[in-house]
Amino acid sequence: MSDNDQELDARGLNCPLPILRAKKTLNGMGAGALLKIIATDPGSVKDFQAFATQTGNELMSSSEENGEFHFLLKKGG
Amino acid sequence: MTDKSMTIIATKGTLDWAYPPFILSSTAAALGYNVTMFFTFYGLQLLKKDLNLSVSPLGNPGMPMPMSMDKWFPVLGTAIPGMQAMMTGMMKNTIKSKGVASVAELRDLCIEADVKMIGCQMTIDLFDLNPKDLIDEIDLGGAATYLDHAGGSDINLFI
Repeated sequence: MSDNDQELDARGLNCPLPILRAKKTLNGMGAGALLKIIATDPGSVKDFQAFATQTGNELMSSSEENGEFHFLLKKGG
Repeated sequence: MTDKSMTIIATKGTLDWAYPPFILSSTAAALGYNVTMFFTFYGLQLLKKDLNLSVSPLGNPGMPMPMSMDKWFPVLGTAIPGMQAMMTGMMKNTIKSKGVASVAELRDLCIEADVKMIGCQMTIDLFDLNPKDLIDEIDLGGAATYLDHAGGSDINLFI
């Protein structure tokens, strides 16, 4: 992880808060920086795909670990 | 990123129905949409500085009741005095415990994201509402003002 990369703990938050918090965090990041998000809302899996498609931020990975959902977003230019 | 836009007409002033317009608007704004919300009739309750929204099981057979209360008190039970306050309190607790944002929080997020909010002038006159009771971040307007935004918008919803 570089200095520009950030992590967002969205555990316990429900729709649409994980997306809104992610957007807010991305606003303060530079192009190409990575944002790791951890969420517990099952709906966030589809929602982060849709978020990436519509905002031009790339969803590098999406996985489930121990009932938690991990996403890696790369901020678009 | 996108130049898309969305408008929503919010017509309902209950705790449950406050959610769809604010959830969609805040999310759309996060996705880059230009969002305009038009609040008319009971929807104007959602613009009050002092948000005091309730939910009622009365006339709403789709509302889940705790402890199978709907079986014990069918229909008429939902009209018992105090039922509305009780259900509102229960729903607020559930909302909190499930990590769902409060209506005030979602509204603040919309304002922060530059969602444009228009209160219906005609409704204010009709119900003798005091514009001073409404939040400052809104404009007042009428049907033509709304249509001016909706005419060029990609998504227009009536909630």
